[in-house]
Parts: sequence; C-alpha cells; structure tokens
Amino acid sequence: MVTETLSRDIPAVSAASGIRLTVENVSHAFTLKDAPLPVLSQVSFTAEPGEFVALLGPSGCGKSTLLRLVAGLEQATEGRVDADGAPIRTPDPSRILVFQDPTLYPWRTVGDNVALGLEARGILRRERTRVGKALSLVGLASFAGAYPRQLSGGMAQRVALARALVNDPRLLLLDEPLGKLDSLTRITMQAELLKLWEDARFTALLVTHDVEEALFLAERVIVFSERPARIKADVKVDVPYPRHRGDPRLAELRHHLLGLLGLDATW
Amino acid sequence: MTDQLVETAAGRAVAATRPPRAQRIGARPGIWTTGLLAGAVWLATGAYSGLVPDADDFPYTFDFAVGLSVIGAILLGLALLGPTARIPLRTLRYWGPWLVVVPLGLLAWEIVTAKLELLPRPFFVPPQALVEVYFDDWEKLGLSTVASLKLLAWGYGIGAVVGVALGVAIGWWRAAGYWAHPVLRFIGPLPATAWLPVAFFLFPSSWSASVFLLALATGFPVTILTWSGIASVNKDYYDIARTLGGNQRFLVLKVAIPAALPHVFVGLFMGLGTSFAVLVVAEMLGVKAGLGWYLQWAQGWAAYANMYAALIVLALMCSGLVTLLFRVRDHVLAWQKELVRW
Repeated sequence: MVTETLSRDIPAVSAASGIRLTVENVSHAFTLKDAPLPVLSQVSFTAEPGEFVALLGPSGCGKSTLLRLVAGLEQATEGRVDADGAPIRTPDPSRILVFQDPTLYPWRTVGDNVALGLEARGILRRERTRVGKALSLVGLASFAGAYPRQLSGGMAQRVALARALVNDPRLLLLDEPLGKLDSLTRITMQAELLKLWEDARFTALLVTHDVEEALFLAERVIVFSERPARIKADVKVDVPYPRHRGDPRLAELRHHLLGLLGLDATW
Repeated sequence: MTDQLVETAAGRAVAATRPPRAQRIGARPGIWTTGLLAGAVWLATGAYSGLVPDADDFPYTFDFAVGLSVIGAILLGLALLGPTARIPLRTLRYWGPWLVVVPLGLLAWEIVTAKLELLPRPFFVPPQALVEVYFDDWEKLGLSTVASLKLLAWGYGIGAVVGVALGVAIGWWRAAGYWAHPVLRFIGPLPATAWLPVAFFLFPSSWSASVFLLALATGFPVTILTWSGIASVNKDYYDIARTLGGNQRFLVLKVAIPAALPHVFVGLFMGLGTSFAVLVVAEMLGVKAGLGWYLQWAQGWAAYANMYAALIVLALMCSGLVTLLFRVRDHVLAWQKELVRW
C-alpha cells in the first residue's frame, strides 16, 4: 500500500546515484591450516546503477564472502571487483554493508549509532540533521535517545538500516538483513526496504536464502551453487512494482528457482 | 452536615487508595516503632556509660555518654514526630534494626572494658578511648589520611592509565603483544610488595618508590583485563566502522576501548584492592606518613586506641573509594544496566 503511493508520487530520482558494480571472474579461497578452501569460483556479473539484485543460494555457499569482497573488507584471490570501473581495494562509505545481526554498538544510543558514519568521516557537526532524517526514514525518530538493548529485533535492524542510509550509500550490501526476524516483521520490513530503495535509487545487492524474499524485492535473482559458489542462473524478475505476493508469475518463478536449487519437489 | 460530607469524602479517598503505612506495619499511626526502640537503646547505653562509674580513670566518658544520648534523643524525636511532620525517614527506616543493634554492641563493649575491665589492657580499649583519639589526635590522623589518599591517587592513577594504555596496545598491535606478553607473564603474578627492597633502593625517595609499587600493583590486573576486553570485542563492530569510513584511530578510540570498558572496570576494581594492600605495607615499611605509618607508629607506642581509630578510618577510606569506583562505573556503563524499560 505504501509502496504503491510512493512509486506513483516520486519520479525516478536520479538513477545515476547508484553504482555500476562489475564482478569479473572472481574466485576466492580461505587459507586454512592444511589446504586452501575455495569459496567462490569464476563469478561474473554486473549490477546496473540503481538495480536491485538478489544473490540466492544454499547457506554457507560463499554469498556473504562475495559481499565482503564488494565492500572492500577483503581482497579477492583472483579476478576483479569494480565500482564504476575503478577497482575496489578498501572499504568506502559509499558502499555500506548491513549484516544479519544489527550489530549496533550497545554503548551508544540509537542516535549515536546512526551518527557513526558521519562521525567517522568527521562531518557530524556539520551534518547532524541527517541523523534525525535517517531515523525518520525508518520510523524511529522518537527513539534517538534509547539504547540498543531496549529495542526489539525489528527495531534494531531498522536502526542498522538508518545507520547505513545516513551516509547516502550508492551501493547497499544487504547480508540476509531480515534473516533473524519473525515472519510478520519480515513482511513489513521487506516493503519498507523496497520503499527506501525506490526513494533513494541506490544499487542494492541482497544476499538471501529466502526465495520469496528475493522474488518480492529484486529485479534480478542470481542463483548460486553449493560451495565453491558458481553462478547457476541469472533470472530476471519480469514483474512490475508494486508486486503482489500472490502473483502467478512470481509463483512460476519460485518454482523455477527452487528447481535450480534442487528443491522443487514440494512446489 | 458539611463536615459530615467532607469526612465521608476523606474516608472514601483513604479507602480508595492504599491503607496508610503505619496501619500496614501494625503500629499506632504516626509513630516509627523501631525508631522508638532504637532511640531508647541509645539513650539507655548513654545513661549507663555516663552514670555507672568507670573501673579506671578514662577521659571522655562523659562526652561519649552525651554523644550516645544525643543520638538517642534525635532518634526518639524523629520516631515520634517524623511521620507527622512529613520528614522523609525511608533510609532511616531501612537501617532501623541496625540502629538498635549498634548501641547494644557499644553497650557490651563498654561493659567488658571501661566498667568491668574483663578484657586485658592495653590491647583492649573502651569506646571512649577512640573518642579521645578522634578529639585529641584528629590533626595527625587527618594528615595521615590525606597523605595516604595522595600516595594512592598518584600510584593508582598512574597504574590505571598505563594499564589501560598497555592493555589496548597489546590487544591491538601484534608487535606489542609479542614483546609485552612474556614480560607480563613473568613479572605480573609477582606480588608488588616483593619489589619493596629493590624499589626503596632504586628510587630517590621511599615515596616515589611507593608510587611505583602502587602503579605496578594496579597496572597488572588493569592491563590483563583491558587486553582481554579488547580481544573479546565482536569483530563485526570493526567491519561496521571500517565500511562507514573509520580509520585506525577511530577503531581504537570509538570501537575497541568503549567495547572493552566493562572488562576495564573489573581490572580497575581488582587493581584497587591490591593497591590498598601495597599502600599499607609501603607506608609501614618506608614512607613516613599515611595511615599505614600511623598504624605502625601507634603500635610501636602501644597506643592501641590510636591504632583502632586509624583502622576504622582506613576501612572507611577503602570502602569509600570502592563505592566511588562503582558509582563511576554505573555512570559510565549506564548502557549495560536495566535503567529504563520500554
């Protein structure tokens, strides 16, 4: 309902604000005691500016590692990861990672947690108003003074989103951000996430193992194999927003995706 | 008619709210019974001490008796008038049973020392002898307390600061850990007092030597606990800060240290305990000032009353400092406590 009004009222805001992400022949391995453990194998794809791409695959397959490479927290053993054509070597506030756990700093209030990025870049004094705006975006404006332990799981994850959004990211990396929430909160927050994306038009990369979530949110779903993760399929979700969860086309795609994962027996 | 109406209205109001406190605890309304008893016991102890003659000539028996009686009179006054005059007695009420038992203890002490002399002198002194010390020797006792506090402040302060800095360094930089770890393992467990002879020899004054020993005693637990605090920080906190644009300095000051603070306070608490022990020993053996020195001096002159008086001051000082540390901790770590619930 909310998404509906928004997509009508707000014109496609500067689609150029998103990053063009190119992942080219990326392979990655962890060095364990005896032998290297390959986690990614020859992964290549491109996310256009402002595109919402879901990375779907069995848990533990290496999707999260891919996000860490894109965030610049680690360097790929092989291949290239480029943001707008420039190789990613270090983390940068234009590419923000949101984890499965909210990982808020418990010693900081909600407001101070959201202010973290501005503070780290030394622009907090000048840009403090952005903190309140980001909290309003996720509907928690009145909780700026609360401590994280006073929040429910859904609220904490909203704060984590606000902490990311306050930096006006051009690429939002979502590592199963709704994975630990109860199913009702999850449905609400999927809609909220979509609304935030439609408003800001950042490029979004969502790691998930929830097929419905991938189909409800993303424009494209990239399906990965078991570890070492290889791209099995790149599926376009040709259903316009706002989407309805009961859409027969989505059901069809779900069957297709589950088939790719070898789980289509019950659907 | 009007009066009746007012009365019923008032009656209803009372019935509607909770029954008054005095009724709930089954006493006559408007009187604090435990306080009444406590006041009576203090007065009785005062009367006994003042009216029954001492077995020997003890000064300040009269002042001791007057002091007890004054406390008793104040308690009686509060017990009788406090509830009606709306003087808040919450804290006093809580301590009510103690206020009854303490004068009983003083009475017993007074009987077996001053009045009947059942315990051998000079090791056992009557309570009025302590009053005598506090009245006549307060200056020296006060200066000793100040000297102890000053020594403790320097030693503990340096130890705490160095300990936190060292703990952070070891937890953060591999090289610091490589060099500091074996040294800490070797020297750390050694009681700081074992260094006493060396320290008094190496340092220009016994005071600076004592500061060093105190810092050593404080520094070890603070270092270890800070280090373990830094080591146990959730690694995701660093990833978050890095993606948000935080540099090394930001990671240390805004992530590692605040996250390690609960551990640091455990270290500071342990360090405070060991520093008390070192303080007293150092003052007894080298420094010519402070409560430890006062204890030693009093014992040397067989002035046992002074010794007990100093012990009480020392206990108050140590317990006060621990309380202070806990207050600071509760303030700094307010985010940990269940202060507010939504």
